[in-house]
Amino acid sequence: MADAQGYIAHAPGYVLNEGPKIVTSRFPYEDSYTLERYLATGGYEGLKAALARTPDQVHAEVRDATLLGRGGAGFPAGTKWGFCPPGVWPRYLVVNGDESEPGTYKDRLLMERDPHQLIEGCVIACYALGLSQCFLYVRGEMALAQERIATALNEAYAAGYVGRNILGSELSVDVVLHWGAGAYIVGEETALIESLEGNRGMPRLKPPYFPAAIGLYGKPTIVNNVETLANVPWILVNGAEAYKQYGSESSPGTRMLAISGHVNRPGVYEVPQGVVTFRDLFYGDNYCQGIRDGNALKTFIPGGGSAPWFFEDQLDLPLEGRVVGAAGSMLGSGAIVVMDETTDAVRACLRVVRFYARESCGKCTPCREGTTWEERILQRILDGEGRPSDIDKLLDVADNISPGPDPVAAWEAEGLPAIPFPPKQTTICPLGPSSVAPIASAIRRFRPEFEAKITKRDSIPVMAAGGGA
Amino acid sequence: MRFTAENLRIAEEIVARYPLKKSALIPLLHLAQEQDGWVTNEAMEHIAELCEVTPAEVIGTGSFYEMFKFHPVGRYVVNLCTNIACQLLGAEELLHHAEQTLGVKAGGTTTDGLFTLEDVECIAACTEAPCFQINYRYFNRTTPEAFDEVVAAIRSGKDPLASHGNSADPGPLPPHGTLARTRQSIPADRLGGIIPPEEATEPVWLARNQQGDAANG
Amino acid sequence: MTTTEPTDAPPGIPVTVNGQEILAEPGELLIDACERTGAYIPRFCYHPRMKPVGMCRMCLVEVDTGRGPALQPSCMLPCTPGMKVETESERTKKAQEGVLEFLLINHPLDCPVCDKGGECPLQDQTFAYGPGESRFVEEKRHFEKPIPISENVLLDRERCILCDRCTRFAKEVAGDPLIHFQGRGNHTQVNTFPDDPFNSYFSGNTVQICPVGALTAKPYRFKARPWDLEEVESTATVDSVGARIAVQSSRNVVLRYLGVDSDAVNWGWLTDKERFAFEAFNSPDRLGSPLVRGADGGLGQASWGAAMRRAAELLAGTDPARIGVIGGSRLSNEAQYVWARLLKGVLGTDNVDAQLDDGLPAATVLGLPRATIADACTPGGVVVLLGPDPKEELGSLYLRLRHAAVEDGVTLVECTPRPTGLARQARHHLHPRPGEVAELARALAGGEIAGTDVAGVPAEAVRAAAAAMQGKQVTVLLGRPSLAERPGPIVDAAHALAAVPGVRFLSGLRRGNVHGALDMGLAPGLLPGRQTLDAAGAAFAEAWGTVPGSTGLDTLGILRAAAEGRLDLLVLLGADPLSDVPDTTLAAEALAKVPEVLAVDLFVNASAASASVVLAAAGPGEFEGSFTNLEGRISHLARKVTPPGTARPDWMLGVELAALLGADLDITGPADVWTELAALAPIYADVDLARIRAEVREGVLVTGGPAALAPEPTSAPKADAYSYRLVATRKMYDLGVMASHAPSLAVLAPGTSLGMHPLDADALGVADGDTVSVTSPRGAVTAALRRQSGIPRGVVTLEVLQPDVATTTLIDAADTVVSVRVERA
Ligand SMILES: Cc1cc2nc3c(=O)[nH]c(=O)nc-3n(C[C@H](O)[C@H](O)[C@H](O)COP(=O)(O)O)c2cc1C
Ligand code: SF4
Ligand code: FES
Repeated sequence: MADAQGYIAHAPGYVLNEGPKIVTSRFPYEDSYTLERYLATGGYEGLKAALARTPDQVHAEVRDATLLGRGGAGFPAGTKWGFCPPGVWPRYLVVNGDESEPGTYKDRLLMERDPHQLIEGCVIACYALGLSQCFLYVRGEMALAQERIATALNEAYAAGYVGRNILGSELSVDVVLHWGAGAYIVGEETALIESLEGNRGMPRLKPPYFPAAIGLYGKPTIVNNVETLANVPWILVNGAEAYKQYGSESSPGTRMLAISGHVNRPGVYEVPQGVVTFRDLFYGDNYCQGIRDGNALKTFIPGGGSAPWFFEDQLDLPLEGRVVGAAGSMLGSGAIVVMDETTDAVRACLRVVRFYARESCGKCTPCREGTTWEERILQRILDGEGRPSDIDKLLDVADNISPGPDPVAAWEAEGLPAIPFPPKQTTICPLGPSSVAPIASAIRRFRPEFEAKITKRDSIPVMAAGGGA
Repeated sequence: MRFTAENLRIAEEIVARYPLKKSALIPLLHLAQEQDGWVTNEAMEHIAELCEVTPAEVIGTGSFYEMFKFHPVGRYVVNLCTNIACQLLGAEELLHHAEQTLGVKAGGTTTDGLFTLEDVECIAACTEAPCFQINYRYFNRTTPEAFDEVVAAIRSGKDPLASHGNSADPGPLPPHGTLARTRQSIPADRLGGIIPPEEATEPVWLARNQQGDAANG
Repeated sequence: MTTTEPTDAPPGIPVTVNGQEILAEPGELLIDACERTGAYIPRFCYHPRMKPVGMCRMCLVEVDTGRGPALQPSCMLPCTPGMKVETESERTKKAQEGVLEFLLINHPLDCPVCDKGGECPLQDQTFAYGPGESRFVEEKRHFEKPIPISENVLLDRERCILCDRCTRFAKEVAGDPLIHFQGRGNHTQVNTFPDDPFNSYFSGNTVQICPVGALTAKPYRFKARPWDLEEVESTATVDSVGARIAVQSSRNVVLRYLGVDSDAVNWGWLTDKERFAFEAFNSPDRLGSPLVRGADGGLGQASWGAAMRRAAELLAGTDPARIGVIGGSRLSNEAQYVWARLLKGVLGTDNVDAQLDDGLPAATVLGLPRATIADACTPGGVVVLLGPDPKEELGSLYLRLRHAAVEDGVTLVECTPRPTGLARQARHHLHPRPGEVAELARALAGGEIAGTDVAGVPAEAVRAAAAAMQGKQVTVLLGRPSLAERPGPIVDAAHALAAVPGVRFLSGLRRGNVHGALDMGLAPGLLPGRQTLDAAGAAFAEAWGTVPGSTGLDTLGILRAAAEGRLDLLVLLGADPLSDVPDTTLAAEALAKVPEVLAVDLFVNASAASASVVLAAAGPGEFEGSFTNLEGRISHLARKVTPPGTARPDWMLGVELAALLGADLDITGPADVWTELAALAPIYADVDLARIRAEVREGVLVTGGPAALAPEPTSAPKADAYSYRLVATRKMYDLGVMASHAPSLAVLAPGTSLGMHPLDADALGVADGDTVSVTSPRGAVTAALRRQSGIPRGVVTLEVLQPDVATTTLIDAADTVVSVRVERA
């Protein structure tokens, strides 16, 4: 099963460490994705438990568990489920399996390793809310996940867990595998819906703030992340109270975290929510076991590429959404990227910014034009073609995408009051403003590194006297 | 190419799974790419007919997504991730190496039509950095040497997944265009019922709420 | 309403804009409310006639809805009570400057050579709101410079700012999503599918709404700079919708028509035919002087004196009973009146018909309760299509109906012999067998449905449509659905539908100012002001001196009389019977037989070629007057340029001819006509040219008219000796006189092929593209076959006035329907 380091060969990157396992409990089994193994390990018991109760009772159970969304925003699923306007039919369920936030790696494992768990969660949600059809939107580049889900769905249909008269009841729900084709923005829920309608994946305007009111085909639609729904069968089997035994009071249960970069034991961990600190994670024996080569920590991204960076000052914060938000960043999608002291801040910043420039859907002028401009300025600086005025220009361009002071942990480090996340934006969705996070983070904290790259080139004419001041 | 008879049958099955036809657009573009290795104009015209939209709408949607290729690409498309987690562990150097091994710049296709190399964004294997995909199958924690071995294996007709893939994916590695090697297929007698949104009514099982309330109250 | 009644009208939504309270209308968008009350917010993507997309972000303003000020796109934000808005704060300004700077970084600096320069919103807003200088030192985005996306429209993707206006128009408004965003992010571009051009009848609108110079129209490219243009608002005359246009000219040449947003009519949109029609009026083929047939037998230029004398001789020297006058829809209302008076009040002939046997009896059109476009588009209503395909023949009306069906829940019921351009939006597709539509109409109006079908339409479908009409506001679009079917069955059907409670009829007569012509009495039995000869004859005789003694011949009657040698003079008032009547064989016989022809026209058309005298008339934009659209709405026809050569306005020709015949009409200009009409026609009591000019945007709706007369009895279709019934319809673009003189339109006639249901084609053993011969008792043509599942069984379709296939040679006006035999050629 697990090797000396706790890795499991058939679940690459997953670390079997100490601690409660809710959604990864079957990962050690090589054949965890088969219906046979699923049934042998308590599979579809949650669905049976659900069918023994009324739909409202099932909804209440999930609400009581305070199951927080795992897609990034951390909104409680049970509350969101309550947003469907009454009496409007049909209602749809769309599962967000588009995982593409830089640093994020968890939903793919759940889909490859335990597709039935996800399917069961979907069917339970459909039962609870009267959702008549479910679309499982899997990221296009995840061929194996698509294959595993297709196989699992074929098995589940044949065995009566999905489709007409599920388990002999009057519940009839179709679960359809849908797959994307390469576009990060499609992870944003309204873009996901556009994509599912066969359109360009461009986010819709808000309000409505949730597609629960107006979603797929203009009908009420619940969008949930893969990991969120994967928790549902366990909650139905074990109850909300049992769920709340794990994690903190405001963030119960566990969540999957991918910790990558310069740590000794990078991996995907299922961790109790809200209690473990970043220091535990990076240095603890049960987790990453320290920074590589004994190097010092330079900075880390606490919640995916869109999150403002943290520094050693934030190491002792617990992984608790509200605390992290107040400190000027977010936990986002459970993606933590660790950079040690050897990291070139400008290069790292450019790489993250380039991601947003490439992934902008192109709808909003500031995002479409601004992110590319940012990338090009940064590229010039990195290439030694920078001008002294570039740094302030970069910050001002960023300000035109995300106006006002930016939420960055560096404020606190400078002794200034923290600016809480999320930032303000001139755009429709947070993608454009996300490009500002690395810029603001890196420049506030590592400005001399930028300046060093610029002043190295004496031959570049300085624009105006004092331009660099 | 338009769809072959067999693929047309699959296409129609896919279209039937959606309440509105246009939703099948992306899956059908994948099917076309599976058939021809890339998406041809004829295929898009056929898809437009099946989804009852214009060809301009098909290419409008299709060209938004980077997996669709509107010109021929290699039989093996190598997607090498250089995003932050991989960059930190040498992905940019690995890309440079790959460019030299294959003799093309990122975005290019080798003259023998075997490989297309792409510099891509995060592929959700960050803990396995640096990593790449070939035809969307993973190669984890790679090195320049491992990359060369994979290329050599393909050139000599061997399945690289067997030797260098991860044990989660049994292979074999299909040609570019093929994603899942198993398709979803819903037997007619198991279908719950897929109908246009305007025809929907309140699902029958919600009646249990009343019964439940009555029972409780 | 009395003053004591409590008013429960909403008082408006209070919103504070820059410290000042304004009242917004319920549902009004912030951007509109601000503009209406004087605080214009810059914008690029927002267009009031399309759904907002909030893409460009130019309209960001600081809005506080109680949770602190935040930048919000005002084009997406409906006003809510208590909103506080800052359109000029520092934050707002910085955001707008930022957006402009972003838009400019990839925008080329080619304003000096750009058609839009001088009228470019991007340029204007850069001056008004933009940052001083560019901080962008990188290379701009590059695309191949303008690429043609259709015959008449070019696209420069470097200039495009991706506002989604053209693409939204194509999909949302026109329903032709043939241009689309392609690519993503900073590589997004607008384009067509390869080799599939933006062939939309409405493509020119995209040029007009493009906020930069990315889309340009070939007919206008590099012709002028906006500051050289003079402009006047007027009305398009190519069809009877009467879309509002701005006529722009420079140095006495019309260079461009633009759509003007008339709420009642065209909402700012035009068909390309309307937009580019000015080319025909600028054509070098225009008549600049009168022509008279000389001793050598050929038509030659003559002096006006000689030509008018010859014309007067012809008129004076012919027994009024042996004169026939066809045409008049090209004329302004005022000219129509003058000619009606000349013909009926001076000469005393009633053989006058503005329609070309391709319409409906005037009594039916004027006599049934009439609808406006807005009536037809009332949310939740039902529109029965019992007339021409609006998409092909009444383009701007098509856009309104399409919008009504897609956005406002209007149910469309097709009662046409073949599917129309609204088939996708229509809920009910009833395609009765040609000649039998009245039976269907009776069933729809609540009649018994006995068998399994009604006129070939399944009884189920008829019942469903009848049920959909129950209790709804029903409007019938009434006109001639097919030139191969006589008006009789349509008239019967219309009168059957008149039994539907509250039903109203929107006229679908299509030809230019035909409604003006009917209203001015250019039809047998009618006098100006929607009055009949019977009812108002005496009053008119007093004013005019005389009126015809009895009802005269209509166009069919005139042509028959001519062909039978019972006519000595045929007057063609801007008419070309050889092209425009359904039975062109009859027209040819008539023209060959009639001794003299007098034509008044802009061009020497095919029929006028045999004339003894051709009087050169002024065209649209060259005279002052007015136009009456299919609703009965009168709007202004403005004069902007002088006619070619010495061509004269039609009204003037009428007055002068009367004078030569010894009658002083005492009309010195178009305004005088209204003075006279006010006295003679109650419906015009409060209409005059000054009012028409003043109300140019929405026009003056004139209601009232004679009660419906008894319908013309229909002869039942003959038993079919031949196997198929023919449906002959028009396309937007054809070989008609106007289009063939507009170079941008002339190339667009698509040709025709024989449409047939696939099962019928199978039975015949013919495949798509096979050449077939089509034979009627009257004639024969060959055409390529096109299998089309929408066409009913037993019916075949052809379009008229298309290259290579002389469809109308199959038509015999004596037969209610045209039966044809189809064989593999
Ligand atoms: C730019 C952007 C990208 C996103 N990508 C993802 C994603 O890949 N997967 C995901 O589950 N949620 C993603 N989200 C969040 C979704 O919009 C949505 O909040 C989430 O799927 C809701 O599920 P949950 O409530 O279960 O977390 C993204 C949001 C944004 C703004
Ligand atoms: S912020 Fe960027 S990604 Fe988001 S909607 Fe706007 S353009 Fe698209
Ligand atoms: S006008 Fe509002 S976003 Fe463009």
